[in-house]
Amino acid sequence: MRTYWFTEDAYHDLPPQDDYESIRVNLPNSNFDPERGHELYNWYLDMWCMAESYGLDLMNNEHHQTATCMVPAAPLMMSILARETSKARLLLLGNPIANRRNPVRVAEEMAMIDVISKGRLDCGFVRGVPYEAAPANRTAHRGSQRMWEAHDMIMKAWTTHDGPFNFEGRWFQSRQINIWPRPYQQPAPPVWVTMGGRSSTTPVAQHKHVGAVFLAGYPRIREIFDGYREDYLKMHGEHAPFDRLAYLGLVFVGETEAKAREGAEKLLWYMSANKVPGYWSNPPGYHPPHIAAQIMKGARGGSGVPLTATLDDQMARGNVFAGTPDQVYEQIKNFWEYSGGFGNMLMMGQAGFVTHEETETSMKLYAKEVFPRLKELEASTTPAEAWEKSKAMEQRDNVPLDGFALEFVR
Amino acid sequence: MGSTTETIKLPVGEITVSRKGTGPQLLLLHGGGGSIADHPVVDKLAEKFEVIAPSHPGFNGTKIPDHFDGMPELVHFYLDVLDALDIDNAVLMGISMGGWLAAELASINCARFSKVILVDAVGVKIGGPTDRDIVDVFGIPPDEANKLMYHDPANARDMSTLSDEALAAVAGNRIALGLYTWEPYMHNPKLPQRLHRVTAPTLFLWGESDGLVTTDYGKAYAALIPGAKFVAIPEAGHSPYAEQPEYFVNEVFAFTD
Repeated sequence: MRTYWFTEDAYHDLPPQDDYESIRVNLPNSNFDPERGHELYNWYLDMWCMAESYGLDLMNNEHHQTATCMVPAAPLMMSILARETSKARLLLLGNPIANRRNPVRVAEEMAMIDVISKGRLDCGFVRGVPYEAAPANRTAHRGSQRMWEAHDMIMKAWTTHDGPFNFEGRWFQSRQINIWPRPYQQPAPPVWVTMGGRSSTTPVAQHKHVGAVFLAGYPRIREIFDGYREDYLKMHGEHAPFDRLAYLGLVFVGETEAKAREGAEKLLWYMSANKVPGYWSNPPGYHPPHIAAQIMKGARGGSGVPLTATLDDQMARGNVFAGTPDQVYEQIKNFWEYSGGFGNMLMMGQAGFVTHEETETSMKLYAKEVFPRLKELEASTTPAEAWEKSKAMEQRDNVPLDGFALEFVR
Repeated sequence: MGSTTETIKLPVGEITVSRKGTGPQLLLLHGGGGSIADHPVVDKLAEKFEVIAPSHPGFNGTKIPDHFDGMPELVHFYLDVLDALDIDNAVLMGISMGGWLAAELASINCARFSKVILVDAVGVKIGGPTDRDIVDVFGIPPDEANKLMYHDPANARDMSTLSDEALAAVAGNRIALGLYTWEPYMHNPKLPQRLHRVTAPTLFLWGESDGLVTTDYGKAYAALIPGAKFVAIPEAGHSPYAEQPEYFVNEVFAFTD
């Protein structure tokens, strides 16, 4: 079991939410104070370094034109961490390669980080959330197909060592591809891909890549994990190891339940701050017509959970794990067993107004008192056993859902 | 008035076409809202023409061929459509995005067309790099779009009354519109250098209140086609055929007489 510590690097010093239409795409950057930005970038870098000191691995990501995430270039942040850290795995989840014009550049950047960090890169690829369509100026139409072709080009660039090749595909065409450097890890850095539903599991399982799921909660986690496990077993004739699956949840551990709840309430800023109008959530071609129609009617194009969902709702759903170390262990254990098991916990440990001190307390308690027990939990069973046990459990639909794409973080 | 609708196989893909009326051909290329073959204005036009109204692939529930990435594929697809429909000496009418398609087709070869009518058409860049010649319809709330697109926003379709099925059809049309117009947004930077090839007499018909593409844009567009005439229709927005159908039809008849 690995735990990747994650913050989305928010710029949270914003005017009241009623004063702006959207936190993404068109919030004027007059709201961004460069002095404050300077502090925040370095603050977040310090947090990641601190996470490494507690034995955790690190995860970062990128978004564009949004106060929810100050990092429009994850490789820049990760290249700093490649130098500042020495032990932690570095998960970049992920490169939005459906929107990138040049996959070769991505292959080069990732190879560089892998070499600088001496082979510590975990390289994620994502389609990107719908609000990225306008900033990227890329049509959302057939984004998944584009993502997989870019993936193929990058894999080929990483693993070709005998001189240049040309790649002339449906979406991307490049000549004389011969990247310098090549990756440190051979044949290639581990690849992670986000999975938003059953329909997205097959190519991930086919490549034996790590499939990561964000905030699907009890209502949807088994549909996705089971899909991956079924595909993997069918295609490879063996059960998917635990380390092929990852789950992202918001985690806050406190010395007391009251303190933990207080911290977790602050962590929920990540969800409540995501004020986005339908036209940014619904770029043409991102959602199939029946879902696009529901967003046009005013339904939220997010994870399906209202922005105002309470902490208890989010915890019942399996999006948030919060409490004392014992409580958080029990919550994650329950979810882990229900889901059929996974080898990577993606811990969103800081968001919004959670302070450095609060972050460190939670991180430390997690690392010292929760994480070791999760490792034991994983070691106590096998993927086949855990899957069987999960199948015997009744479906838990704690919060009504509408089948929308999971778009947080991706 | 009776109409017929059929789906015709093409070398690549297929096209669904409605026909109404008898007389000289009028090829009607619809805009981003989808086919208007059932709109009452088509009955009026059909009193004088055989109105031939295809649905562009992706609109009205039709399939988008796998190789389509945008307007260039649609233009080449329509070369096959013109063959399959035996378009000959036809009035070519294009509305909004369909006007862009019409301008592209006429600039390739005008031999099949007797006259060209472009209605609140998009397709060219007029201003400088930071001028938003064409409002980004994918980046504004629906009620704001209605205010820009209609002289009287009350004429806009009330989406709240639509069934889920009808709304999914609207969403499907929007997906197709996005495919054809996303980038470069609603225009082809190369088109102005081709428009001199539009040799058929050309009329620009424009809703005077169109806030999506203004009359200034329309006049500058018209200036790119030798001899093109520009007529503004009062009290009409981006869909003058819908807000002022009689005025619209009279202008069409006068131009094609």
